[in-house]
Amino acid sequence: MNRHTSRRALMTAAGALALGSLVVLAPAKAKQPKTPRVIKVLAKKFEFVPGEIHVKQGETVTLQFTAPEVPMGFNLPEFKLRTDIVPGKVATLQLTADKTGSFTFLCDVFCGTGHEDMSGTLVVS
Amino acid sequence: MSAFDRRLFLQLAGVGGAVFVSGLSGAARAADAMSPAGYDDFFFVQLSDSHWGFEGAPNPDARGTLPKAVAAVNALAQAPDFVIFTGDLTHTTDDPRERRKRMGEFRDLVAELKVKTVRFIPGEHDAALDDGRAFKEFFGATNYTFEHKGVHFIVLDNVSDPGAQLGVAQLDWLAADLKKQPKDARIVVFAHRPLFDLYPQWDWATRDGAKAVDLLMPYANVTVFYGHIHQEHHQMTGHIAHHSAKSLIFPLPVAGSQPKRTPLAWDPAQPYRGLGFREVEAEPKTAEYAITELPVQTG
Repeated sequence: MNRHTSRRALMTAAGALALGSLVVLAPAKAKQPKTPRVIKVLAKKFEFVPGEIHVKQGETVTLQFTAPEVPMGFNLPEFKLRTDIVPGKVATLQLTADKTGSFTFLCDVFCGTGHEDMSGTLVVS
Repeated sequence: MSAFDRRLFLQLAGVGGAVFVSGLSGAARAADAMSPAGYDDFFFVQLSDSHWGFEGAPNPDARGTLPKAVAAVNALAQAPDFVIFTGDLTHTTDDPRERRKRMGEFRDLVAELKVKTVRFIPGEHDAALDDGRAFKEFFGATNYTFEHKGVHFIVLDNVSDPGAQLGVAQLDWLAADLKKQPKDARIVVFAHRPLFDLYPQWDWATRDGAKAVDLLMPYANVTVFYGHIHQEHHQMTGHIAHHSAKSLIFPLPVAGSQPKRTPLAWDPAQPYRGLGFREVEAEPKTAEYAITELPVQTG
């Protein structure tokens, strides 16, 4: 075997190994859980946008919050989920909708004159 | 006038609503039975949630209601030992100058009270946007203790933190204060927000309130008076009674009774309905507190 032949054989072997790897990886990829749907929520004076969040029962979603003006809070008492939302940072919560119905969420960080009106609804159907 | 005489007088005079009696722990009853000698009962007045500076349809007499309440307290047949305002003295504003203007006007109005011992605690409308700075300028500390005729009073601040927390430092302060009290001490706590989860969906809670309740739990005779929810409400956490007061601006609905926490509408046929203040008759010997709800305006 000359030098070129050896190199070709090595590359072929490496390719086979890579292909083998792909074959092995492909089924594993299919079993991975689906990436949770991301729902972006804006917390601004003095409302959440969107004010209604719709999810399916059993669905897991990632809630991503931003507050462009002042510190806010997000509190979903029935799911015992809350986070501070600080301007300049993205706050994240993972929600698994394990029950159906309409659930109130609210800002629980006093943010100004309209604070007490700052709430929304999670609808799980 | 004894506690019983006074309550009877209020009922006969028809000026009070139902008298709610709180306390009467077994330990206190036993102590009373063993020593039936006379004791120095007293009463105080709790006013709450005047929201000075509010303007809107829920109270077309927003600037007249607090003066009427002051006049009603001054007209009581017997002067209370002290008056306490349990927060939201003023309605919130984003403007620091306007906040101070409202606090100055409020202070001047309540200076008309004949009772000269008047105490204050902040609500989130007073304190949450500036960590209590303006409140402290006008009314002093936001948490403190005082003694009165055998009762240890503890004033908690669960509003200066905009996240409605007492915070570690204040909880440590509370723990240190309680350590100095005997387990049968007569303890009354004042706060603005409920220390328990009354209805978190409407922000009727204190995020770390359960930690304060845990600290208070080893003490046999503890009663909490608070405001915030603009209505009378009575709840027990273990043996600790919690009593919320009516507002002096507009009533709020019963927790969860409607989708939003919007004020109940003003009824021209029954002005000031749902507003009021209360007398609390304290009987330190038995750790009993008789609450009489009084209207802003009689007749």
